[in-house]
Amino acid sequence: MRIALFVTCVNDLLYPDTGKAVVRLLERLGHQVDFPEAQTCCGQMHANSGYRDEAVPLVRGFVEAFDRYDAVVAPSGSCVAMVRESYPRLVPEAAGIAERVYELSELLVDVLGVTDVGASFPYRVTYHPTCHGLRMLRLGDKPLRLLRAVEGLELVPLPGAEECCGFGGTFALKNSDVSTAMLADKCAAICDTGADVIAAADNSCLAHIGGGLSRRGAPVRVMHYAEILGGGS
Amino acid sequence: MSERLPHGSGRLAGPRPFPDAAVVELGKPQLRANLHKATHTIRNKRARVVDELPDWEKLRLAGSAIKSDVMARLPELLVQFEAAATAAGATVHWARDAAEACEVVTGLVRETGADEVVKVKSMATQEIELNEALEAAGITATETDLAELIVQLNDDQPSHILVPAIHYNRSQIRDIFTERMGDAPAGLTDEPRVLAEAARLHLRRKFLSSKVAISGANFAVAETGTLVVLESEGNGRMCLTLPETLISVVGVEKLLPSFTDLEVFLQLLPRSSTGERMNPYTSMWTGVTPGDGPQNVHIVLIDNGRSATLADEVGRQALHCIRCSACMNVCPVYERVGGHAYQSVYPGPIGAILSPQMTGVSASGVSSTLPFASTLCGACYDVCPVRINIPEVLVHLRQEAVDAHRGKPSAERTAMKAMGWVMGDRRRYARALRAARAGSAPLAAVLRRRKVRRLPWPMSAWTASRDAPLPATETFRDWWRRTR
Amino acid sequence: MNARDEILARLRTALGPTPSAPPVPRDYRVDDDLDDAARLETFVDRLVDYKAEVTRCTPDTLAEAVGAALAGVERLVVPGDVPEGWLSAYPGTAVADGPQPLTVSDLDDADAVLTGCAVAAALTGTIVLDGGAGQGRRALTLVPDHHVCVVTADQVVGGVPAAIRRLAPTRPLTFISGPSATSDIELNRVEGVHGPRRLHVIIVES
Repeated sequence: MRIALFVTCVNDLLYPDTGKAVVRLLERLGHQVDFPEAQTCCGQMHANSGYRDEAVPLVRGFVEAFDRYDAVVAPSGSCVAMVRESYPRLVPEAAGIAERVYELSELLVDVLGVTDVGASFPYRVTYHPTCHGLRMLRLGDKPLRLLRAVEGLELVPLPGAEECCGFGGTFALKNSDVSTAMLADKCAAICDTGADVIAAADNSCLAHIGGGLSRRGAPVRVMHYAEILGGGS
Repeated sequence: MSERLPHGSGRLAGPRPFPDAAVVELGKPQLRANLHKATHTIRNKRARVVDELPDWEKLRLAGSAIKSDVMARLPELLVQFEAAATAAGATVHWARDAAEACEVVTGLVRETGADEVVKVKSMATQEIELNEALEAAGITATETDLAELIVQLNDDQPSHILVPAIHYNRSQIRDIFTERMGDAPAGLTDEPRVLAEAARLHLRRKFLSSKVAISGANFAVAETGTLVVLESEGNGRMCLTLPETLISVVGVEKLLPSFTDLEVFLQLLPRSSTGERMNPYTSMWTGVTPGDGPQNVHIVLIDNGRSATLADEVGRQALHCIRCSACMNVCPVYERVGGHAYQSVYPGPIGAILSPQMTGVSASGVSSTLPFASTLCGACYDVCPVRINIPEVLVHLRQEAVDAHRGKPSAERTAMKAMGWVMGDRRRYARALRAARAGSAPLAAVLRRRKVRRLPWPMSAWTASRDAPLPATETFRDWWRRTR
Repeated sequence: MNARDEILARLRTALGPTPSAPPVPRDYRVDDDLDDAARLETFVDRLVDYKAEVTRCTPDTLAEAVGAALAGVERLVVPGDVPEGWLSAYPGTAVADGPQPLTVSDLDDADAVLTGCAVAAALTGTIVLDGGAGQGRRALTLVPDHHVCVVTADQVVGGVPAAIRRLAPTRPLTFISGPSATSDIELNRVEGVHGPRRLHVIIVES
């Protein structure tokens, strides 16, 4: 299957390893990956901050970049939720592409029917289901099923997993003190699990969580789950 | 359109921006502990009783649709309600805003000659600041709901719509009773049973002797003119049954078209609010019943910003709210800061969309900051029994708040526009990525790591509590070009 | 313009010329799928869960059950039309409300009240009073601290929708689910505040 990768702006600049892992993983599973270079940003930050006029050109740009593909994958629950939930409201012509954009675990489990991707990762991992993947995309246990199938990986439950980490895009800046209080509880819960790695489906949330863990000097690595799945056995 | 209709007044919006008010509340460790314990207890109880109903989602859909229907037909349903209630012996009054509502109620109490009234917990009367108006008129109002009583005794403000004293723990309540309740028994312990008994004794004489009661209503049935109050303690029944005069203050959005619609809402509300299959007591009355209950029955229908809210096609769903408080019980922001930071009788997620609409989102003070007081995590929408899409309305109101200030200089707008311009074109975008990477490279080299502990404004708000990632040594698109 | 007309005009302005709403889907449960025995079991289970006391009896043992429920009660109040047979095993004095209504103070002095009900909902453990036969006015079941309520098996329906559909909306209605309670202190439920602190339900099965 020919699949277009929407890497997302955050990953492009800050976390290219996540994008590389998706490419490696899908190619290992025998699929062809395209990276349409016209892609930029989905516009979520603008739309969610009240700048619709600035978001609309980005939506149109997304449609132009991806409209010719049957399947688009993005390693971000939040960006996919933006495309699926908000695009049709912002630009009615975007409704078609919105249905063909998948978060990585949706593509693997629902479209490609794979849960064991042949990865190996001999560490204790805990998983934080990020809010937009959890409540807008209803990813459910798809990422967990993928992680459980990874050779050597020990998945430990995260208490209060479904509670928001406090990132929330510009919320982290505009309401920094509340965001920090939420982060403190999330970091404490992660540390209590004794996991080596905290994984999630969104590097934006992980930047926030990782920033908090690093400030505390906590010995927990932060990884997008795509990077775990991308590692071969 | 909403700008053409008058906004509401009363206790709907305080003067401080939300982040400033929140930071004060965050500094209270006892408050945080109390809120954590209470919200987690109630959300677990709710989840258990909701899981028990296989048709919960169908009930939510029905509840949402009934409320949409009510909004679409509100003028005709209000006229129908008025006619039915009047025919049953009630007197219906109308009030455009808080001041007018207080004037009407004060006048009605004065007519009875009473100088004290008992009150059933009611959001509408708090919204219009009725107790203050009554006091100014020389009328003493006694709150009879246990939590309202605690808050009133301590000269405090409620911090939750269902459990107004959620910010106190048992020993703080014991201290308030001991210090402020004249007839508190000596040696009061902090056992909840003992505290409830003290409140029972304190209020019993008042219940048995009061001539006038003031209530709100959870629902008003247009078809029959019936009012409905759900409660737990029996203070509601006392107020609704024993006095000669009953005055109920009801927001115009509380209507339901028909009596059978209650079969949906009497399932949705108790399970969502107290996490019970059914609350202990629900009272329904239609005008006057000879020989049974108050013989002098008044209903005051209030607008106070509701018509302005109705004018917004996206935002009007906030009027569907049945005040269950499930949204605040699951909200990670509410859980950290409590209700006072919202500076309105309506706190939490529903307050963040209701208060700004009732007062106008561009009003100064807290209103313009409330739509931003959320991570958009969506937990509120998931539990809302009438499916109010709170995150959607929050984003919509952010848009309004931003639009209201268009044309005025703002660093945020400049940054957003600049980013939009850069991201609107692949070449500009690719150049910007490279520039960001190149710009940070010396910093990464000096630090010898890809994390930075302190950044200048506005990112200083980030690095105050979190390290920040630096751009990678090679962007993804550069890697793709290089290797493909 | 007066307040009424102005508010109605505002609301019409707010809605615009053609307000509309989608039809209401009513595919939620109205009837339960329980047989009579299971429905009564559920009713009992829910009542007990609320800390109500429950006695099950037959028409023949009803008076005896009432007598037992009222053990220790010296001053009992009853509605004027309480069925005489209910009280045949009660040794104390039953004061009827009416034709001269009892005062609030009379009610406050009573140890207990005995009534019937209009309908009961099993799934929520709710009894509903509508001021009809054997129930009296609302104050009667409110002021005394102990409420004994006789429910016949044919009055017990499944859930709230079935109960609502049996009721006349314009009567004064009181839905009772267990004794009075509060959750206002740390959200822990405490039974017994202003309403009757004891609720005893006697279920009559033929």
